[in-house]
Amino acid sequence: MISWFNENGPLLFLALLDGTVTAFVLALIALGLSLVFGVMRIVNIAHGEFFMLGAVFSWFAFDLTNDPLWGFLLALVVAPALVGSIAIFSDRFILRKVKYHPESTIVATIGVLYVIQSVTLMVFGPEARAVEAPLYFRIQFPWFGYSGYKLIVAGMSAFCLLGVWVFMKRSKLGLYMRATQQDFEIAKTYGVPTQKIYASVFALGGGLAALAGVLIVPIRQADHLMGLEPLLLSFIVVIIGGLGSIRGTIVAAFIIGISDGIISVFYEPTLAKMLATLFVAMVLVLKPSGLYGEEVV
Amino acid sequence: MRKKSLVYSLFFQVGILLLLFVLQFILPTYHHSSVSKIMVLASYAVAYNFLLGYTGLMSLGHAMFFASGMYAAGLGIYYLELSALGGLLFGAGFTLVISLIFGLFALRTSGVSFLIVTLMFGQTFYLSILYFNEFTFGQDGFSLAKYLGKLVIFNREYLYSNPDIRYNFAFILLTAYLLISTFIMFSPVGRILIAIRENESRTELLGYNVFYYKLFALVLSGTFSGIAGATHALLFTYIGSTFAEIHHSISPILWTLLGGAGTVIGPFIGTGIMFYLVDFISGITSNYQLVVGVVLILMIIWFPMGIMGTLRQKWMKWLP
Repeated sequence: MISWFNENGPLLFLALLDGTVTAFVLALIALGLSLVFGVMRIVNIAHGEFFMLGAVFSWFAFDLTNDPLWGFLLALVVAPALVGSIAIFSDRFILRKVKYHPESTIVATIGVLYVIQSVTLMVFGPEARAVEAPLYFRIQFPWFGYSGYKLIVAGMSAFCLLGVWVFMKRSKLGLYMRATQQDFEIAKTYGVPTQKIYASVFALGGGLAALAGVLIVPIRQADHLMGLEPLLLSFIVVIIGGLGSIRGTIVAAFIIGISDGIISVFYEPTLAKMLATLFVAMVLVLKPSGLYGEEVV
Repeated sequence: MRKKSLVYSLFFQVGILLLLFVLQFILPTYHHSSVSKIMVLASYAVAYNFLLGYTGLMSLGHAMFFASGMYAAGLGIYYLELSALGGLLFGAGFTLVISLIFGLFALRTSGVSFLIVTLMFGQTFYLSILYFNEFTFGQDGFSLAKYLGKLVIFNREYLYSNPDIRYNFAFILLTAYLLISTFIMFSPVGRILIAIRENESRTELLGYNVFYYKLFALVLSGTFSGIAGATHALLFTYIGSTFAEIHHSISPILWTLLGGAGTVIGPFIGTGIMFYLVDFISGITSNYQLVVGVVLILMIIWFPMGIMGTLRQKWMKWLP
């Protein structure tokens, strides 16, 4: 046991570090999906594309300013706003038209996924493009150096998660959102503008995914197909954490992120994804409300 | 009334099938091969429609069944040196087992959870094809052409990929699927499945064991998808992981909804239209997914019943 640690300790530490960074970013993406599901009771298949758009906009911002730091700051503001507007647009002209019927919205958002993906392919091109990190420094551990930017990503994600938490618990809009989540009819009767709440929740969800995209793009590259994997992972997280529960989402993001990190370092990424998807299917089958959630409708 | 609609719909379908049969002597080579492909894919859509259109369960993981039939047949022929027929039966049997196990788990959930569970199982299946790539040939896939042998009809040898063999086998598959669906839909079992689609709890209240009927629909739909996959493997002699991807689970949803979910012939019409639409767009731009997306959105907003569904509502009340 001890000799195993001597040999593999640094590797395990690296896996934990990588896992933590993944977990924070994943929590951000999954929180968006979870809010949308919780409040609007719909599954947004195009959620991964919102994340991809964030990454792609970030590349454009970098290309435009030609400066990593300014590009990053610009993208940090513009990408979530643009993606939020796209989300509001699709809510107004697509989701509202199908009356938020669960299965119709799934088909409709699959359509949105294809449209976003192919428009990006036309504008951005098929190749993966790299974005320079806004800050570059290494943190030297006794065994290896670690990218400081990755830790900044984790920190900023944590900050955003906290922000959403405070927003949901303290602001009036957050109160409206929670009221709509608890009981749509009663909230509406009490004068909550549910239609606007739906639009803003959808925009907030999309914005969070886009933010995650902006943060992640210096670590990995931007390409038009990068949305599918985080979509599936955030499904996993949202389901394990319980659909619509913020705390559950964050806890589950850590379970998935860190175990993904460990299995990927010691075994293979494909195996990690395989086990995670199988695990989530079994969680849904055996405990449909998730680990923290309320009953799924 | 029921007898009359059965007669009407049989006439209608036999008419379409006769037309398809005659078409093979007229069509130019290119369209000849396109129609064979459409018929195999349409069989997959007919199988899918059995679950979506008649039982009201939407699955996002049907590529798993198609691919499991395809891989079981292909790998069976490759490793176990089965004959083509043996491969087909092996694929069918394997998918039967897979869909039974899958159904026992997935049908414990309903609604949105069912969708996500099917998506997850489908993705697990896809990832396991990639993970066991030494056994399954992973992303590259492989060609069966060398291992298939020849088909002997009246002492003459044919290749499975011979255009005429391909067309007629696809035709037989589609014919069988259409007729089987029609008869099931006119049988008491079919009526109960439709009752489940319309109101599950009321059906349960009437004393039917809803779970078993849903399991029956899922296993039938899955196995038929698997047979379609196995046939695809034999006739087009290529086996690859793209057939297990999520896009291949979404395609039958699109075909079925476009043609009309809950109509027997609808999935075939939808498959044909989408195939030629994509084919036409591909001539202009390689980016046909944009069209798929736009069609999906427009259809779900303005045209949720699909082509045959709308026709049925307006004129052809007897359409199954």
